[in-house]
Amino acid sequence: MGTYVPPRFAYRPAAESRGHTGQRRPVAIVGAGPVGLSAAIDLALHGVPSLVLDDNDTVSAGSRAICWAQRTLEIFDRLGVADRMMAKGVTWQRGRVHRRDAEIYSFDLLPEGGHRMPAFINLQQYYVEEYLVERALQFPELIELRWKNKVVGVAPRQLGAELTVDTPDGAYTIEADWVIAADGANSSVRRMLGLPFRGQDFDERFLIADVRMDAAFPNERLFWFEPAFHAGQSALLHKQPDNVYRLDFQLGPDADPALERQPDRVMPRVRAVVGESTPFELEWCSVYAFRCARLEHFVHGRVVFAGDSAHVVSPFGARGGNGGIQDVDNLCWKLARVVGGRASEALIGSYDEERGRAADENILNSARTTNFMTPKTRTERLFRDSVLDLAPHAGFGRALVNAGRLSRPCLLSGLRLQTEDADSGWAGPVPGAPAPDAPVTDADGQPSWLLNHLGGAFALLCFVSDEAELADCAALKASAVSVVAIASRALSRAAPDVLIDHAGIAHARYGAEPGTVYLIRPDQHVAARFRRFDPDAIEHALLRASGADQSIRSAA
Amino acid sequence: MTSRLDVSDGFLGRGDDVYEALIRAHEGLTDDESAALNARLVLILANQVRDPGAVIEAIRLARETGPPSEKA
Repeated sequence: MGTYVPPRFAYRPAAESRGHTGQRRPVAIVGAGPVGLSAAIDLALHGVPSLVLDDNDTVSAGSRAICWAQRTLEIFDRLGVADRMMAKGVTWQRGRVHRRDAEIYSFDLLPEGGHRMPAFINLQQYYVEEYLVERALQFPELIELRWKNKVVGVAPRQLGAELTVDTPDGAYTIEADWVIAADGANSSVRRMLGLPFRGQDFDERFLIADVRMDAAFPNERLFWFEPAFHAGQSALLHKQPDNVYRLDFQLGPDADPALERQPDRVMPRVRAVVGESTPFELEWCSVYAFRCARLEHFVHGRVVFAGDSAHVVSPFGARGGNGGIQDVDNLCWKLARVVGGRASEALIGSYDEERGRAADENILNSARTTNFMTPKTRTERLFRDSVLDLAPHAGFGRALVNAGRLSRPCLLSGLRLQTEDADSGWAGPVPGAPAPDAPVTDADGQPSWLLNHLGGAFALLCFVSDEAELADCAALKASAVSVVAIASRALSRAAPDVLIDHAGIAHARYGAEPGTVYLIRPDQHVAARFRRFDPDAIEHALLRASGADQSIRSAA
Repeated sequence: MTSRLDVSDGFLGRGDDVYEALIRAHEGLTDDESAALNARLVLILANQVRDPGAVIEAIRLARETGPPSEKA
C-alpha cells in the first residue's frame, strides 16, 4: 500500500520581487485550487493569458472534494483533463439509503446510456489539482503559475486592481485588468475587500475520515440513518481510488472537535463500520461544522469571485467543488470576450446573475439535506422519522427522504442571455439548459460524442435531412459562430462534415425535426432554439447571448 | 378489497418544497400547538382528497407503519 505523495511545485523568485516593475496582466487568478487552475486553462483555450498566484507550493492536503458530477466531467473534458480523471477515478451512479440495518431504497442517477460521462466519479481533490497543474503547464505562453506567492493586498482601480504579493524574496505589486478570486471558503480577497458573507450556520458537528483498506464495498454511495454502528446519528460512505474510503459521521452539536479528531476516538467509529476482520489505516480526518453562505454579488468592479470564495455549501450533495467548476465554465468565455473587446463589460454581469441563481439552488438543496439529517425540534424529528417510517411502504415517502440531492447543473432559463422559445410543446433542452450528450459518428466514420463537437465557441447545432437544408445551414456560417450539422443518415459525398446520429439518440434528446437549430453557448448551454432556419432570429439570439448587442448599441 | 390509496410520488418534483413548508409551519410552536396544527392539517387534507375510502386507507397505512410500540 502506497500513500499519495504530493508533488512540490518549484518556487521561483518573480522578476517583480527583485525591483522590476511588473507587466500589467489581463487576468490575475488568486488561488491554484481546482477553480483557479480550471479558470487559467479555460482562459488559455480562449487565448487569454493569466497569472496564477498561490500561497502554497503543493496540492490540497486531504481528499476534500471527491465527487465530480457528470456536468463537471463534461467541463473537464472540454478543458482536456477528463480522460486522466476517468482513468483514475471510481465511477458510480447508484446511491443506497439505509435506516438502521435495512435498505429503504436505492436510486440510479443515470438510468439511460448514451453519455460519454458517467453520473459521477470519485477522485481525491489532490489528484484533480495535480492533473490540472500538468494541463496548465501545457500552455507555457499563456499560463504563469507562481507558487508561494501570497496575495496580501487588493486595491481596486478604475479599470482593474493592484495586488500586493508576498513571497520568500519579499513583496511586490502587480496590476491586472481583471482579478479572479478563487481563494476558497476563507477567501482573503473577500476579507480584504470587506465584503459580507451571509448565510446559515449549522451547529451540528461532523467527522470526516479517509481510511485505506482492502474492503469489498461496492462503487456506490452508501448512506445510513441511525445505523447500528453509529447509534442515533447518520453516516455516509464513498469509495475513492487507491482503496481509500471516505466516511462521514454525524456527531451531534455538542461534540468537541479537538477530542473527536484524535485517532483513539476515530478508530473505534471506523472499526464499527468495517468490522473486526478488515485491517485499515487512517489517512486523514477532520471535524467540522457546516455553513451555507454566499456573497450578495460575485462581481465587484474588476474583481470576480468564483467557487468557495463566492459561496459555500454543506457537503451533502457534492455541490461545492462541482459548483465551483461550473462557475468557471460560465465565467471564462464571457471574460475572454470582454478582454478581447468583443463584448461590453455588462456581459460579466450575466455571470453574477446566472451563477447567483446556481449558488442559491446549491445552498437551498444542501441546507435542506442538512436540516433533514439533523432535526432540531421534537416536531421536526417526528416528521423526519415519519418519512423514514413510510419510505419502505410508499413511493411518496421515498421521494421525501433527503439523504442528499446530488449536484445537477442549474437551469439558466429566463435569464438575460437566453432567448425564449417561439414555439411551445417542444421536448429537449430548453434555453438555459445544458446541452445533452449523445453518441454520434463523425465525418471520418469514427464513433464520437456530440459534446466533443460543441463548446469553446458559439455553435449552431443544425439537424438536417438533405443537402438543401445543409446548404441553408452552411449559409449561417457567415456569422461569428461555428456550425455543427447532424443528420440521421449519411448525406452525399459533397457533404462530408456532417455528424451522423446513427442511433437517433441526439434527435430524440433534442426533440429535433429536420430544420431544427439549437444555438449552443461556449459553455455548452442552450441559448436559443428554432424549428426552422431563420437567419434573422438566429442572429438576434446570438447577439443577445454573446453580449454583443450592448456593445453594438453603445457604439452606434 | 383493493386499496384506493395511491402512495406513488405525487409531489411533481416539489417534495422538498412541501417538506420545508411543513417544517417551517411549526417554527416557534409548543409541542401542543404543533400537535394541534397537525390535527387541523390532517382534517384539511382529508377533505381535500374527495375520497373518504382513500382517507380511511391512509389512516390504516399510517397506523401500520409507525414504530412497533405504536402499531395496532
